[in-house]
Amino acid sequence: MLTALLLALAGLLVLCPVALLPRTPLGARLGVAVAMTVHGGALLAALAFAGVGLAVLVLGGLPPVALPLAGPMGPLTLAVDGLSAWFLLLLGLAGACSALFALAYEGTAPPRQVAAYPLFLAGMALTLVAADGLTLLLGFEAMSLASWVLVAGQHDQAENRRAARLYLIFAVLAAACLVPAIGVLAGPAGDLSFAAIRETPPQGWRAAMVLALVVAGVAAKAGLVPLHMWLPLAHPVAPSHVSALMSGVMTKMALYVAARLLLDLGGPAQPLWFGVPLVVLGAASAVFGALRANMEEEGKTLLACSTIENVGLVAIGLGLASCFRAGDLSALAALAAGAALLHALNHAVFKTLLFLGMGEVAHGAATRQLDRLGGLIHGMPWTAACVLVGVGAAASLPPLSGFAGEWLLLQALLAAWRLGDMAFQVLIVAVAGLAALAAALAAAAMVRMFGMIFLGRPRTPRSAGAVDGPILARAALLLPAALTVLLGLLPGPMLALGAEAQRVLVQETMEGRARAHVVFVGDGAAAYWPVGVALLLAACGIAVWAAVKRRAPVFGREAPDEPARGPAWDGGFAAPPPHLVCGDPLTQPSAAGLAQPLRRILGQGVLAAHEAVDMPSPGETRAARLEAGFRDPSEAWLLAPLARVRDAAVARAEKLRHLTIRRALMLPFATLVALLLLVAWLEGGM
Amino acid sequence: MMMSFGTPAYDISHLLGGGVLLLSFVLLYQRRLGAVINAFAVQGALLACAAAWQGFVQGAPGLYVTAVIAFGAKAVAIPLALRLLIGRLGLHKAVEPAFGIGASLLAAIGLVGLSVMVVLPITAGGVTPLARVDLTIALSVVLLGMLAMIARRNAISQVIGLLTLENGLILGAVGVTGMPLVVELSTAALVLMVAVVAAVVVFQIRDRLDTLDTSILDRQRGDA
Repeated sequence: MLTALLLALAGLLVLCPVALLPRTPLGARLGVAVAMTVHGGALLAALAFAGVGLAVLVLGGLPPVALPLAGPMGPLTLAVDGLSAWFLLLLGLAGACSALFALAYEGTAPPRQVAAYPLFLAGMALTLVAADGLTLLLGFEAMSLASWVLVAGQHDQAENRRAARLYLIFAVLAAACLVPAIGVLAGPAGDLSFAAIRETPPQGWRAAMVLALVVAGVAAKAGLVPLHMWLPLAHPVAPSHVSALMSGVMTKMALYVAARLLLDLGGPAQPLWFGVPLVVLGAASAVFGALRANMEEEGKTLLACSTIENVGLVAIGLGLASCFRAGDLSALAALAAGAALLHALNHAVFKTLLFLGMGEVAHGAATRQLDRLGGLIHGMPWTAACVLVGVGAAASLPPLSGFAGEWLLLQALLAAWRLGDMAFQVLIVAVAGLAALAAALAAAAMVRMFGMIFLGRPRTPRSAGAVDGPILARAALLLPAALTVLLGLLPGPMLALGAEAQRVLVQETMEGRARAHVVFVGDGAAAYWPVGVALLLAACGIAVWAAVKRRAPVFGREAPDEPARGPAWDGGFAAPPPHLVCGDPLTQPSAAGLAQPLRRILGQGVLAAHEAVDMPSPGETRAARLEAGFRDPSEAWLLAPLARVRDAAVARAEKLRHLTIRRALMLPFATLVALLLLVAWLEGGM
Repeated sequence: MMMSFGTPAYDISHLLGGGVLLLSFVLLYQRRLGAVINAFAVQGALLACAAAWQGFVQGAPGLYVTAVIAFGAKAVAIPLALRLLIGRLGLHKAVEPAFGIGASLLAAIGLVGLSVMVVLPITAGGVTPLARVDLTIALSVVLLGMLAMIARRNAISQVIGLLTLENGLILGAVGVTGMPLVVELSTAALVLMVAVVAAVVVFQIRDRLDTLDTSILDRQRGDA
């Protein structure tokens, strides 16, 4: 099994140089063939990852194996335990869908992007199967770097370059936090292997330092508030199959690192506050992302904001699991951990589906601006059906996959009153409220997105002519859609399958509470019966259909089986005149118009939303205008001050160029003396 | 021969190393260029003796070569060349210290204390006492050489500061048993190169600016 894993990893690494083969002599056809080979190889590797993950979850973990490569701190080691396997499964499923989509559309992508794609997958897989800190960092940084290449791929436009630069800055920030975090975890002994770290978990100020560094690093990579700025910028820039992976899987890799470093390696003896930062940041991200998703007017940006929300929910689950474990409530800890893991997997699948669907829309209608789409359900029925499944899951409607995880998470939050003192309980109550608010806001955002894109009337002639993509692209949408339905119907078996992952996190599992057809929260508490919900909904649907069919008026039928079609009540939304195929755009709501209620209710405080009416003075002939918009507060409160600090630092560094020779010599001398003093102090201290 | 406290091997090594360090202090409080060069020559001679003694103690004939090179270069050739230079350039014979003499000496004492604090705990166990003391002294000499470069404005004094820094490195190298000859030879070659480069720079400065006061250079920079 490990051989299969290593083969898949090595294969991906071999594919990188293959993609960069010089192809001028044989022309574009060879380029397409090479790209197809690379993406096909990526598909096989992703399937291998999913297979290995599934096999390990069923059969048990693989012990650490040392690679024949050695770092300065010892050999690089690989191992697959339950937690790694769960995320490998996630990576494999989402990666396979993404690679299928790439096979359909990315044949003519530039070589640098084709080459970075397998490296991206390999980096994520290496992060997951690492059994020591150095390998973990190697994989994580390979993932960051490769995804940066993919984001920066179309660098001919200034805003793409800006997004790529910002993305790189956040990636470097994550590295700058995680590298010292792993160093502090290893402690003075300097053994980076996970087994050694587990034996001496950090305590006291070391634990606090690890917590601060890991949370900062993970927040920058996963897109937790306030370090989420790169997500809405980078996702629209990357190709669709890449943004699907970045959103569905890469953010999960950051959460995996948080789970691994804080919950697993941090040891079970951490105090209650150890989980609080993740809970607080997660709640803030959930609400913020969902609210912003309601305001965005570009499809992929909207989905990126929805990712911020879901990442926040998973982070709440992980933090809550840590809190429960600190309070010795192991059953509840397993519930929270199970909720977090389940939602991570489900989100990876349905967000991949949504991003690929958005890519399909962009291919069909040549735009992702909501204000230029509409009515695509007629031209792209396959895409519309698949995206509808994804939208339902993202809106956490039962029995689709998004519901189970969020429901379990809310149940865990509602049970958290057993824990800690008054302050903590008040915090948890607030978080529960925020999580519920986020779920509602996400549903609103998804309804808005689906309605704007697929329903109504085309807003532009181009979107009126959109058609479904080739068969491979349809398969790339159908696969995650089927998985979304399946995972939604089987939360119990999935939780039972992920028992080992839960055991790694909280030393307790959902065993006995997660059964084939039903999930229990605890003794005497609520239960979720997904198949029952599905049957109930199906019964209701069939009853409505039958009632409509039976009671439809007899007159006007073209055939005995056909329902009668009468003039619909359309609220003034008349059929378009023949000279204007798309109708008057003003007769349909705009993206900003649909966002207006939420912008007014919640946006003013959180997002600095503003509205101003520009009324012409009497006698002027121009039209009045309503200007509305919002600004992300982290731009003004985080990025702008940081930019000022950078400018000040540069100005200061520039002054060093004007030092005299003696002063210039003094700088290294003073540094040397300071380092020697540090050595002397450390020697004295230990 | 045992290299521990009280044996002649230890005592003589200690004495020679201490002499080198003492001359580094002497370099710091000289007010005249001639005296600085003299002190440097004596330091070079003592360094050669230390290397030779180490060669005898360790039974390493390669160290005799090092000693001869050190004596030839540090005690004879470079001081003579510097004196010639001063004579030909008609330099001021006075050194212009950037810090006060007292302040530099206090700083030097602090640096020696620092190197004791750094080296002794690190080398506890596994290293002979002789090597520990030797490394301490070598680190002190290196630090004092840097201090000498900073504390003087005159280019020739700065060159001498750099050369004493090299002396410290060689002292450290010869004190450790089993250091291959190649290291010492390359160190010696490095010193020679440094001397050549420094001389070239000094001549250039002299030709262009008619002075060796390096503070003048700050006004002549292209990027300022």
